[in-house]
Amino acid sequence: MSKLCRFPGGVHPLYDGKDLSAGEAVRCPPLLPAYIVPLQQHLGQPGEWVVKKGDTVKKGQLLAKATGLLCVPLHAPTSGEIAAITTCPGPAGTHVPAVELRGDGRDEAAATLEPIPAWESAAPETLRDRVRDAGIVGMGGASFPTHVKLSPPPNKRIDTIILNGVECEPFLTADDRLEIEATDAVLTGARIFQRILGAARVVVAIEHNKPDSIRAMRDRAAAFGVEVATLPVRYPQGAEKQLIYAVAGRKVPAGALPMEVGCLVQNVGTAAATAAAVLQGQPLIDRVTTITGRPVANPGNWRLRIGTPLKDALAFAGGVTGEVAKILFGGPMMGMAQSSLDVPVLKNTSGILLLGPGEVSPYTSGPCIRCGACADACPMRLNPSDLGIYIENERFAEAEAASAMDCIECGACAFACPTRRPLVQHLRRAKAEIAANRRAAAAAAAAKK
Amino acid sequence: MTEPATTPAAAEPGAPQLRLPDVSKLIVSSSPHLHDPRDLRRIMLLVMLALLPATLSGVFFFGWRALWVIGWCIGAAIAVEAGCNKLFRRPLSIGDGSAALTGLLLGLNLSASTPWWVCAIGAALAIGIAKQLYGGLGYNPFNPALVGRVGLLIAFPAILTTWVKTAPGQFLADAVTTATPLGQWKLGTLPLDQVSYGDFFLGNLPGCLGETSKAALLLGGLLLIALKLIRWQVPAAYLGTVALITGIAHAASPAKFASLEFHLLTGGLFLGAFFMATDMVTSPFTRLGGILFGAGCGVITCIIRLWCNYPEGVSFSILIMNALVPFIDRLCTTGTVFGARKAEAFA
Repeated sequence: MSKLCRFPGGVHPLYDGKDLSAGEAVRCPPLLPAYIVPLQQHLGQPGEWVVKKGDTVKKGQLLAKATGLLCVPLHAPTSGEIAAITTCPGPAGTHVPAVELRGDGRDEAAATLEPIPAWESAAPETLRDRVRDAGIVGMGGASFPTHVKLSPPPNKRIDTIILNGVECEPFLTADDRLEIEATDAVLTGARIFQRILGAARVVVAIEHNKPDSIRAMRDRAAAFGVEVATLPVRYPQGAEKQLIYAVAGRKVPAGALPMEVGCLVQNVGTAAATAAAVLQGQPLIDRVTTITGRPVANPGNWRLRIGTPLKDALAFAGGVTGEVAKILFGGPMMGMAQSSLDVPVLKNTSGILLLGPGEVSPYTSGPCIRCGACADACPMRLNPSDLGIYIENERFAEAEAASAMDCIECGACAFACPTRRPLVQHLRRAKAEIAANRRAAAAAAAAKK
Repeated sequence: MTEPATTPAAAEPGAPQLRLPDVSKLIVSSSPHLHDPRDLRRIMLLVMLALLPATLSGVFFFGWRALWVIGWCIGAAIAVEAGCNKLFRRPLSIGDGSAALTGLLLGLNLSASTPWWVCAIGAALAIGIAKQLYGGLGYNPFNPALVGRVGLLIAFPAILTTWVKTAPGQFLADAVTTATPLGQWKLGTLPLDQVSYGDFFLGNLPGCLGETSKAALLLGGLLLIALKLIRWQVPAAYLGTVALITGIAHAASPAKFASLEFHLLTGGLFLGAFFMATDMVTSPFTRLGGILFGAGCGVITCIIRLWCNYPEGVSFSILIMNALVPFIDRLCTTGTVFGARKAEAFA
């Protein structure tokens, strides 16, 4: 076990809310009469429907095929009939293309993918194709197509695979439960990644506040040739660059990908889904999601089918007992606030968090009092105070020079600011502006030639 | 993990008693959705709490007059802040506690004999001129309480340098005027055989009502450091520089320059180092900047105390260094972005 490093900055929310659901074993809810499955659940280009209204499908049957490299296929969460090719409210607040699947209650599985029991001797390409064909994306939240991450260019060698079981977002316990209950699946997934990339070292990283996960992983890790790294509780411990530094002591250069320093980070949920895709030939049609928060009647963890509408997911948790001010997809630090109960659970929905009126405080955009809390909190060692002032005054060139593009948008600055300045929000806006300016400059340069 | 259920729902998830959130009441905003509970008001209250020992020592040594002076300063500061808010058509900002803190600091920087109207003028200078004219909290380059004090010192030099004898625990209504040890040293009238550094440390000496008890200020200052409300680098660099320069000066010429202990334990050094030079808005952003700032304050304080006509130079030195903060910030940035250097080699 090599020495662990401490990334700069970071914050400690006083109450992490994990006690609400950490002790609840993953439950499998009953089938629903209908699911809404959005077309695009990954970062990249959208797929293309292969079903039409009135088609009958089996569980795991292809709904949409991949259209390019940065794309993954989509599968039916249960057996039934395609009631409509329609749109639905998405977690980002826009309406997105989706199918409505009316279940037949039989949940009959299609034999789309053959199991690969001899994966240990299978060709890396076969396994990588399986990851793609099963529709697997980063399940920690980014939803980046996993097979792309597993395809580094030939001149880049990955020697360390880090399984991200950190779950540094307060309130979420889905990865924690998965590590406890599906230890072998997680570790098998890690070994499959290792087989694909030929990496020498595999490390599962877990924060200290998950003693049961650590015990479960320690018991089994040696049998799989995997190391367990326990990390201090500090947000954003699970952010890719910070995690690589903590575990491997390597700093990913600004603007570069983890492969630049020979590392690959995958969420534990993604690993478990990969194991199911390879060993059982099961496409990604469900995931473990934490449904929690003080207003929730029975907080806990559920294995939800992709496409489960929010209102049905809440019903599984017994509905609510108090006033609800915010519903978040994801955790409180980076999650997205929802305005509709019809939003469906996606491949990256790690949690559904409800906050009561007393737990929500507004942004006031007060003045900067130069206390330095934001700079102390920033895990990228930026100066959010200066950046916020530049951006408020539309001085994007100066923001760019002050490394605005290196911001990982973790929100530690806005969390820490005593005058509630919307610092990370400013940075998100600046990053979009700077990226647009760069594209415009590149287009102008191309036009000149 | 159990196998997924393969039977349809027995009970519809829309059963009668099920309560779902009221969508019309949902707030939609971008992340993060949690905040550190330490907001502006809490910071101001904690700093005032850290000033409580110094305030109580002022009352103990100088009687109820001390509360009268502090009360006028705080009341006038809040009134001026509210008046400026109204005049400038800005939202009322007295709730954040920053005006009250400025008033408290001004009061602690005055003699217990200060008349009420001088307190009020000082508060008007501090809040009206030094803070609100610059745009309010966060935009003032100079420490408001010190602008108030130095403005008064220039306008009413006699009143501002009228000091009263301490009367520990007697809570007298009237007091006997005297000179401060620093002033006596400057005039060559300090009875050295009567100097007790124990008394100096506890606060039993004439001076501004909040500056005399080093014990109380140290207690409050350590609380601020423990709560991470100030960075220890500023007071450490300030006190360290003063100790270094006065120590060398005294060693070189003991008859001309007072000792290191004398300089550390007299005047407003502790109050300045822990509570005035550490003001967030008017001090450097980084720790390294804080060291430069504190050291600069120390050098200027020593120059004034040792070689200028004024017996004391803490207020001036901090205000002068306030003016240099933008340059110090340019010099001492927050450092290299994480991972900005070239990829480190790995085997």
